[in-house]
Amino acid sequence: MPEPLLEVRDLKVHFPTEDGLVKAVDGVSFTLQPGETLGVVGESGSGKSVTFLTVMGLVTADQAVIEGEVLFRGQDLLKLPKDEMRNIRGSKISMIFQDPMTSLHPFYKVGYQIAEAIRTHKDVSKREAHDQAVEMLRKVGIPKPEERANQYPHEFSGGMRQRAMIGMALSLNPDMLVADEPTTALDVTVQAQILDLIDRLKDEFNASVVVITHDLGVVAEHCDDIQVMYAGKVVEFGDRRDIYYGPHHPYTWGLLGSISRLDSTSKERLQPIKGLPPSLIFVPPGCAFHPRCPYTFDRCRTEVPQLLPVDGHHASACHLSLADKERILHEQVMVRR
Amino acid sequence: MGRYIVRRLLWVVFVLLITTLITFLIFFVLPATDPATNLAGRQPTKELVAEVRHQFGLDKPLVVQIGLFYKRVFMGDEYGWPGLGFSFVTRSALRPIIIQRLAVTMQLALGAAVMWLLLGIPIGILSALRPKSIFDRLAMGFALIGVSAPVFFLGPLFLYIFWYKLRWAPGSGYYSIGQFGIGTWASHFLMPWIVLALLYAAFYARMTRANLIETMGQDYIRTARAKGLSERRVVFKHGLRGSLTPVVTMFGLDLGGLLGGAIITESVFNLPGIGQYALKSVYAWDLYAILDVTLIAGFFITFANLVVDIVYAFLDPRVRYS
Repeated sequence: MPEPLLEVRDLKVHFPTEDGLVKAVDGVSFTLQPGETLGVVGESGSGKSVTFLTVMGLVTADQAVIEGEVLFRGQDLLKLPKDEMRNIRGSKISMIFQDPMTSLHPFYKVGYQIAEAIRTHKDVSKREAHDQAVEMLRKVGIPKPEERANQYPHEFSGGMRQRAMIGMALSLNPDMLVADEPTTALDVTVQAQILDLIDRLKDEFNASVVVITHDLGVVAEHCDDIQVMYAGKVVEFGDRRDIYYGPHHPYTWGLLGSISRLDSTSKERLQPIKGLPPSLIFVPPGCAFHPRCPYTFDRCRTEVPQLLPVDGHHASACHLSLADKERILHEQVMVRR
Repeated sequence: MGRYIVRRLLWVVFVLLITTLITFLIFFVLPATDPATNLAGRQPTKELVAEVRHQFGLDKPLVVQIGLFYKRVFMGDEYGWPGLGFSFVTRSALRPIIIQRLAVTMQLALGAAVMWLLLGIPIGILSALRPKSIFDRLAMGFALIGVSAPVFFLGPLFLYIFWYKLRWAPGSGYYSIGQFGIGTWASHFLMPWIVLALLYAAFYARMTRANLIETMGQDYIRTARAKGLSERRVVFKHGLRGSLTPVVTMFGLDLGGLLGGAIITESVFNLPGIGQYALKSVYAWDLYAILDVTLIAGFFITFANLVVDIVYAFLDPRVRYS
């Protein structure tokens, strides 16, 4: 087993606020292998974005209480001084965000913004950086990149802006790209293009990719492993087949049940998960999901379930016995497919 | 853009026409007082008053009077261009008087402008970068005082404390560079500059702070940090650049307004600027002086509006004038 690119161990990120301590991330552990695509799925407030903002160093000890370890190629990023972290940010680990319209500075040309990223980390001339920026625009499939580099973000379409963001993130050949809801703000047709682009570039640039999304449909085709998060914790982890064909957590069952499918013949309505996401200040005791879980029993209300292996590297955090899970899976979840 | 500018310039002319017309109505048409009577000397005879009225051109029909005024402004008169006529009080050309007074107002306005920019904006930036800190609270407290305390209060207060009691500052009055040298000139302008600048500095500190705080919360700031840019670059090249645009706009408008005359400051500190002159002219019924001052002030304000809009298009590439 090669050394993982990223290993997060028991990461906790708690924000002190006037209303109380917001436990955005509460004990998250996972690994990311080189060359793999990890999908991180969960509702808003599950902690998926904050986890990676913390990995990137965009959430700092000034703003939150951070515990745990974030080992990038064996080095704990949480212990790095700020300027060393800045060297890594943007060049070894890059991140792109949800809304490309607001993520690019409206007053600077697109080519300039990409060149700026390049010149921050590499000692090249303005001319050279600009040429590289144009080349990146070409690589992400933007036609007439020389012209486009001299345009402003508002002159680009939504899909093109996201492509430009991807180009900017990959311009320094990072080892890891984190895409936080990269397609949520885009049209459905453009979504597919962007995800395909990320796949293609991942191979070309030999990078690992993390796709953060609330949409299980998005990760289906593009992710090797999937991590399901809820209320600041990982509730299930597994590869694509495990999660889609053999999920072992009521929350994942709920997520899958709420996807609409082209091939569904029944006229059943979509099944949303009952209830609302929990407050991260007053997290329900025991299993955080228990107030919304149709299979909850006594133990769920008192004891926090640990992430335990099911099979291979498939793991789930639920008190239901394996036998019960298998049963429910076949009787209730798979039947609906 | 060219067509836009031409359109706006025509609008400037139009606005000035209307403003002067309204001023004309207020001072030439409506009042019961007859300036000729006031300015014809002590206990003038009816013939003398009529003679003075004729000299002042007040016996002509009103339409002709205003028409002649506009003609003068555009074409110039015997005193030069633009034709500003003559003063009823001094019976001499208004043009040199107004130019001289404008120069004094400009010195006041520009000096104060430099001060309030240098004072207000850095305070606003520092406050925005450390919100709710002691510095921020003190700075915004100062800003509240500056915004609330009017010039006619601060001015005499400063004069009393710094000139009368402490003898630190020289008294009021204008001492030109040419005659008295830079030292005297500057020392007499110091208090008026400060008093005038305090008000605006407070405004600008608050505005810069609010704009910068809002800008620093934008997504593109997060992107800038994610690229690994230094915090200084993030704040100045990305944050400030986004938040100063409205400040630049405000500055243009404020300066334009001030160039029309800072009446109260000039009066308190006895500076012979165009604002003080406006007041004097109104008291003295120096009608054409009133019209001229209105014209000049109106011009600066509307022109500043135009300049500011054009500058905005350069600062914000999303704005395009067809």
